Amino acid sequence: MNASTARHLKTLSLIVVLTLLPFVIQLALGNAWLRTLDTAMLYIMLALGLNIVIGYAGLLDLGYIAFYAVGAYTYALLNSPQLLPLLTGTGYEGLLHTPIWIVLPLAAMLAAVFGVLLGAPTLKLRGDYLAIVTLGFGEIIRLLLRNLTRPLNITNGPIGINQIAPVEIAGHSMSKPIQLGGLQFTSLYQYYYLFLVLVLLVILVSSRLQHSRLGRAWIAIREDEVAAQSMGINTRNVKLLAFAMGASFGGISGAMFASYQGFVSPESFILMESVMILAMVVLGGMGHIPGVILGAILICLTPEVLRDVVNPLQDQLLGERIVAPDDLRMLVFAIALILVMLLRPEGLWPSRRRTSELHEEDEAKPSVKTKVASHE
Amino acid sequence: MSEVLLEIRGINKRFGGLRALSDVSLSIKRGEIYGLIGPNGAGKTTLFNVLTGLYQPDEGEFSFNGRDLFAAKPHVVVASGIARTFQNIRLFHNMTALENVMVGRHVRSHSGIVGAVLRSASNRYEEQAIKQRAQELLAYVGIAHRAQDVAKHLSYGDQRRLEIARALATDSILLALDEPAAGMNSTETEALKQLMQTIRASGVTILLIEHDVKLMMGLCDRIAVLEYGKKIAEGIPEVVKADPKVIEAYLGVGDP
Repeated sequence: MNASTARHLKTLSLIVVLTLLPFVIQLALGNAWLRTLDTAMLYIMLALGLNIVIGYAGLLDLGYIAFYAVGAYTYALLNSPQLLPLLTGTGYEGLLHTPIWIVLPLAAMLAAVFGVLLGAPTLKLRGDYLAIVTLGFGEIIRLLLRNLTRPLNITNGPIGINQIAPVEIAGHSMSKPIQLGGLQFTSLYQYYYLFLVLVLLVILVSSRLQHSRLGRAWIAIREDEVAAQSMGINTRNVKLLAFAMGASFGGISGAMFASYQGFVSPESFILMESVMILAMVVLGGMGHIPGVILGAILICLTPEVLRDVVNPLQDQLLGERIVAPDDLRMLVFAIALILVMLLRPEGLWPSRRRTSELHEEDEAKPSVKTKVASHE
Repeated sequence: MSEVLLEIRGINKRFGGLRALSDVSLSIKRGEIYGLIGPNGAGKTTLFNVLTGLYQPDEGEFSFNGRDLFAAKPHVVVASGIARTFQNIRLFHNMTALENVMVGRHVRSHSGIVGAVLRSASNRYEEQAIKQRAQELLAYVGIAHRAQDVAKHLSYGDQRRLEIARALATDSILLALDEPAAGMNSTETEALKQLMQTIRASGVTILLIEHDVKLMMGLCDRIAVLEYGKKIAEGIPEVVKADPKVIEAYLGVGDP
């Protein structure tokens, strides 16, 4: 079997696995887990977006969830009755049923604009300082959504926006099940396949960017900004592009979140969410797409696993419930992150480049000579 | 040979109260190796940073190859044809040697997000050309066999060479080398000297800062001497060497 056939076989089996995954999960674990799977897909998109900003360009962004919020509210406002009182009689009521193929690019673009808005004033900041400013930015967006009720009620404040219409493709609303040859595809299945397509798209874009002229420029900036400048890289533009690209993935994910959930409120976009996405990227392996996906899945699954394990375990061992699974969640994350930082600072599934960065001491030995493929 | 490539006039650069450069004027001719020497702290690296756009001068004129580069941004300077190396090597340490040089091609290539994502024919062609040119340059400076090694694993001398290859990748007309022989032994220095002569023979003008006065005297066509941010002498090596002001700057004033 030659290399190309082997690769095709690998791709084919991956497609089969990804197609059958929701069936397996539902049969084995039930609907709640299928829902978790869908949510995990949204987080994979988010983590991959943040990965561009942090993993490639090395810009620590603690307010990333703001772009998720921008995407979510874009979809929510254009597919719910929230703006109806404002638009009634203007002839623009039709805007409230904007189709997905317009909303999705719009959400991505708006998020990218916000990415540039965040990026522009922070261009000269690095490390901790950048982190603080981005953290503030995330909070500003959340507070804006919370308070944008006067003079016009746009976001409906802390109550959030209800009755968001599900995605409609070719006249079919994704809230309705599809019957196909004896199989019933519920809304959860349909969203799974939609998200799968988007995740694959995001992976494709990420990986192609990584191995492009622009990707090299991002990595060069992360490695040494002054040297990158002196090589003729317009660091301002290239950094802004990283912010914009990363944000646009967040925007797409956010729009999907709004439609999937049918409801958005500012409480979904708290700082803790930004921290979680950062944890996904760091835990999995910064700058490495498979690693980041693994990180997102692990962090999404942990609370569900705890829920399924902790209570029965307590019942059996102690006869009563002492801790709630949700309280344990933070403890587990904290321990996991501390362990990773101590034992595997490059993440669980890192790129070879990252490993070489963080294991300086091993390389002082002259016998160690790492060969790295020209394209990691 | 005598056409002026780079000319600065009355360049001033202050850091707060400190006058790092005062009224520095000099001109570099096309095709020459121009040396810049001076005691520590004389402002050589500051002048270098001004010429490569990392520092913005406060006053003066700066023209290069018919373009006004006064207070231009580094990427504009590089695009105009000036490339540099650093006194303390500044490679992209965790990228391979080949990737380092490929970054140098950034300024001579164009593909953006759309091209990269769609992987259009022109984008693939450009990427291939970048890679090929980078490989040629690695061979040119004599480290083709280290192409796939991570930059930080290269020997000191090879890192210096890689920095030069990366700078040449920008298609520079003027190559500015900040103490390229620092920390090298005499064999490495000799090899570096030959490399610089090869580069010059290929039509690239070289601006050189170096402490190794012997190397400078043997290599440079003309030399300028800086002291306390001022140019105190300029000319062919023999004349500069005999200039009393230069001797004073290096050795101090003798008691009568």
